[in-house]
Amino acid sequence: MHELSIVQGVVELCEQHCGGRRVLAVTLEIGSLSGAVPEALEFCFEAATKGTLLEGAELEIERVEATGYCSDCGVVSPVETYFDSCPSCGAPALLLRTGEEMRVKDLEVE
Amino acid sequence: MCTTCGCPEEGHDHHHDHDGHLPGTRITIETDILAKNNRYAAGNRALFKANGIFALNLVSSPGSGKTTILERTLCDLSGNLRCAVIEGDQQTDNDARRIAATGVPVKQINTGAGCHLDAHMVGHALEELPTREMDILFIENVGNLVCPASFDLGEAHKVVVLSVTEGEDKPLKYPQMFHAADVMLLNKIDLLPYLDFDVEKCLEMARRVSPGIRIFQLSAKSGQGMAEWYEWLRGKG
Ligand SMILES: Nc1nc2c(ncn2[C@@H]2O[C@H](COP(=O)(O)OP(=O)(O)OP(=O)(O)O)[C@@H](O)[C@H]2O)c(=O)[nH]1
Ligand SMILES: [Mg+2]
Ligand SMILES: [Zn+2]
Repeated sequence: MHELSIVQGVVELCEQHCGGRRVLAVTLEIGSLSGAVPEALEFCFEAATKGTLLEGAELEIERVEATGYCSDCGVVSPVETYFDSCPSCGAPALLLRTGEEMRVKDLEVE
Repeated sequence: MCTTCGCPEEGHDHHHDHDGHLPGTRITIETDILAKNNRYAAGNRALFKANGIFALNLVSSPGSGKTTILERTLCDLSGNLRCAVIEGDQQTDNDARRIAATGVPVKQINTGAGCHLDAHMVGHALEELPTREMDILFIENVGNLVCPASFDLGEAHKVVVLSVTEGEDKPLKYPQMFHAADVMLLNKIDLLPYLDFDVEKCLEMARRVSPGIRIFQLSAKSGQGMAEWYEWLRGKG
């Protein structure tokens, strides 16, 4: 359950940036290959925010779809797994461009 | 009450719009959630660099043979190289005691409910190890093929250990971990005669997920294949 440590990271970041104000909403950007499961993050969020400035805040999760760059043909394509081959030329490996992010995008404070 | 967001309705979806709120102030953050871990990892990496320490993060599912590989490696190498070990387990200091029996300095970290080591824990463990007299640091992570993939500890390489009793498709089932690793130890090859494990297929799948991954096939029990691993360690990667 490393989602709990991830949510604790979110709480820390928010408390650093919210200037002591109550946080109403948080938006995260979570890549589809990041290994973090949105449902599990939501599940941990309430417990992890209790007694913090984030208590009761809304959690908004924006999914970032994975894309990969093909160094053979130069095309960027959507990626579903770490081992997709290039759909445009069949090259066996793609370099991930997006999909691994775990970011706090923004906050809404009182 | 809804347990996801604390609002009074049940069974609604969680894509709230913000129209119902009094307008709040929006603050842009755009910061990696693991930024703090990554800062500690950078601190560890700087310490390794300053002291010439080659640090390896050993990851695997439980029971693949990490501690057994370390015991044998330490017995065979610690004459020439100054080694130290950090052991991560949820509970017990069993593995640390096994390592201590080889005479090598070791520090156990118990993560309790935690499923992975993080860079902060490792930084504290380092305070209790002789970092000024250390050539190689082995960090044995908590047995778990999922969570430790996301947490940089400051290591030079993530070394994934896979034993042949686990099935050859592990790299595709746990791609994030194999993708994060650039060295793989395929352990327990002494058992191959008793199994239907397809080595070539396993290596092919590991390379698909992590192109360029360096693979050593070995048995911590019989000692077969250990020499190549030692050679790589002596050459420090
Ligand atoms: N046959 C055979 N057994 C092995 C080998 N390496 C380890 N084992 C056995 O596998 C079992 C687990 O080994 P450990 O070294 O404790 O595994 P580990 O990865 O450290 O386990 P955790 O720390 O609990 O995740 C033990 O019974 C070992 O004796 C090997 O190369 N061949
Ligand atoms: Mg062990
Ligand atoms: Zn291509």
